[in-house]
Amino acid sequence: MAQSAHAEAHHDERPYGIGRWLFSTNHKDIGTMYLVLAMIGGIVGGLLSMGMRAELMEPGMQIFNNPEAFNVLVTAHGLIMVFFMVMPATMGGFGNWMVPLMIGAPDMAFPRMNNISFWLLAAAFILLTTSLFMPGPPGTQGVGAGWTVYAPLSTKGTPGPAMDFAILALHLAGASSILGAINFITTIFNMRAPGMTLHKMPLFVWSVLVTGFLLLLSLPVLAGAITMLLTDRNFGTAFFDSAHGGDPLLWQHLFWFFGHPEVYILIIPGFGIVSQIVSTFSRKPVFGYLGMAYAMVAIGVIGFVVWAHHMYAAGINVNTQAYFVFATMVIAVPTGIKIFSWIATMWGGSLTFRAPMLWALGFIFLFTIGGVTGVVLANAGVDRSFHDTYYVVAHFHYVLSLGAVFTVFGAWYYWFPKMSGYMYSETTAKLHFWLMFIGANLTFFPQHFLGLAGMPRRYADYPDAFAGWNFVSSVGSYLAFAGFLVFLFGIAQTFARRERAPANPWGAGATTLEWTLPSPPPFHTFETLPRVK
Amino acid sequence: MALIDRLKTVLFAAASFGLCGVAYAKDGQPVPWQLGFQPAASPIMQQIESFHTYVTIIITLIALFVLALLVYVMVRFNERRNPNPSRTTHNTPLEIAWTVLPVLILVAIAIPSFRLLFAQYDFPKADLTITATGSQWYWTYEYPDHGITFDSIMVPEADLKEGQPRLLTVDREVVVPVNKNVIVGVKANDVIHDWALPAFGVKLDAVPGRLQTTWFRAEREGIYYGQCSELCGRNHAFMPIAVRVVSEAEFDEWLAKHKASAARDGVSHVATAQD
Repeated sequence: MAQSAHAEAHHDERPYGIGRWLFSTNHKDIGTMYLVLAMIGGIVGGLLSMGMRAELMEPGMQIFNNPEAFNVLVTAHGLIMVFFMVMPATMGGFGNWMVPLMIGAPDMAFPRMNNISFWLLAAAFILLTTSLFMPGPPGTQGVGAGWTVYAPLSTKGTPGPAMDFAILALHLAGASSILGAINFITTIFNMRAPGMTLHKMPLFVWSVLVTGFLLLLSLPVLAGAITMLLTDRNFGTAFFDSAHGGDPLLWQHLFWFFGHPEVYILIIPGFGIVSQIVSTFSRKPVFGYLGMAYAMVAIGVIGFVVWAHHMYAAGINVNTQAYFVFATMVIAVPTGIKIFSWIATMWGGSLTFRAPMLWALGFIFLFTIGGVTGVVLANAGVDRSFHDTYYVVAHFHYVLSLGAVFTVFGAWYYWFPKMSGYMYSETTAKLHFWLMFIGANLTFFPQHFLGLAGMPRRYADYPDAFAGWNFVSSVGSYLAFAGFLVFLFGIAQTFARRERAPANPWGAGATTLEWTLPSPPPFHTFETLPRVK
Repeated sequence: MALIDRLKTVLFAAASFGLCGVAYAKDGQPVPWQLGFQPAASPIMQQIESFHTYVTIIITLIALFVLALLVYVMVRFNERRNPNPSRTTHNTPLEIAWTVLPVLILVAIAIPSFRLLFAQYDFPKADLTITATGSQWYWTYEYPDHGITFDSIMVPEADLKEGQPRLLTVDREVVVPVNKNVIVGVKANDVIHDWALPAFGVKLDAVPGRLQTTWFRAEREGIYYGQCSELCGRNHAFMPIAVRVVSEAEFDEWLAKHKASAARDGVSHVATAQD
């Protein structure tokens, strides 16, 4: 009796100091570490984009003497924002924190694997950052081949160890994500509280489940492809070298077979987040729950068979292009279901416009804009004009920078009181939203015009005729970055004010299990499983 | 201060732009504050433009429809006007409608889209064949039927003459006759480049180890500019493409001159465009 009481007490003892974080097996602590990593990634990636916009503010080379340095910024910005900002925030951060809470599980299925997932990603980030300072092409440092690292620019075109560092960074990040995906899938399939059937799971959990499968199926392909890249570079193979029987287009097929599901990996958790927020602040259950869940499944499945729409200009067969036009347009249907179901959730609701809801509403409209320009780009015939122009840059920043990132901030304000136990300042949060909303629109909307006029992307300098809209775009990006600084200020302010958050700050609309726990939740939760009716 | 001056210029330009509301049409190259495509100079680009207009109208209506719905729910169903939320979570006819209607819209987009795509790959009989080979960081053009080969390199800013656009002007332009079908073979020497000409609606990757072909039929004389459109390293932004479209007589004259010089020198050689 005494012994078991002692064991119990020991079990409740929280680890402290470096051991708490370095050896953590607790989903909440690991989630927090992921969020911190995402924030560091966001700061670095954001500063890189400031460098790019500063260079592009006026025609001519002002900041970089060497255009390759600009290419290095483009590459690092893309890789960091994808692998070290959005993914760690949505899956690593909010996924780890909220999935066990939402399904009523005590922790993730494989707590130690959860630890290694995080630290592999941290190591990957260090490797990638190191690559910025390693020798690349003659006279430059870093990788300037774009986040798509097309062969042969990434093989013969980029001598020096910088590219090898980047490849190994992607290997580690990929391994981290695969382990994380296995963990999420296993947790969701096996550790739901009694009564929590698949069709009762909150949509955020559904979105993490779908994303888990996308990660599990797409990242091994990337791992294979970058291994081939590594051996082409270092060990004399010729997978992508046409002079020795290889084919540069093989790289593009392999990369985009990973790369297209990857963009859904970035956005699908956001779909889940928006569903939670919209339902909470409308005080209504999600409209068309099953349709919403299976629309995500459909987007995930179709996402695997549309990859070559990134390659319309690569010289692939016209019939192949026709197939990819068709398949790509099909994705618009489940996406439309999601947009209309969010609006239907609000219809008849009782809306309050707290900060998370502002981000969700902003997301719905801006994601629609990014979505419909995606329908334009799906058409190979007109993509002939848009491929590799700023129209594409505008499109994918509308779905990612104004889409995925808006959901990250929405989730931040939605769950921050739960995670920290403190209420954020509504005024600061709204200032953050409006600066980013106006700034990001000012940055990316004019880029549609630049793309129509024919401005190619990944250009360190451009013909003088493009100066006007580039100036507007740069000013907008500074405004958005100011918004980001307000976000960081808001965090400091929250911890300084120490205004206690109640268990459920959002009222009757917040119906998922995490709101039944105190804020912040105890170190270990649901040691006795809740029953879901 | 400079920033404020610049902002004033922008505001002024935007205002004047709004007032006159016209594109400053200039053939073959972009113009300041341009909102749309460069004027189409080939039949394919005309088709791209009209298809794009059609799709843009559709997507604008969709975006405005979504915006209107959002504004409506925000105004009508906020906490003050609607304190008691409904519990409605299903409406089967509505759900069927928003699944089927998008399908119909997509079909309406897909039909002209496929027509455009196959028109682009409907190669006409060649009146002239040229090849464009991308290298880091310039293009080499060849007229295989006429024994002409030359490199085309960007003119640096310091050497530009009056009226020549920066980053677009090259030392030797491709010369082609007006209203003739030109087949372009696109190749690469080192990494992937992309031969793109916005006014012709042409864009094709130059992939090492492959010979890929595209075509255009330029309908007006003049100089048309494009830029490399696949990231190719350090000077990716500095390997423009310039095509001079001339009358058939001028083209024959150009050919004769350069064939003669090629025969005389025993090597292919073409004088600069300025000669």
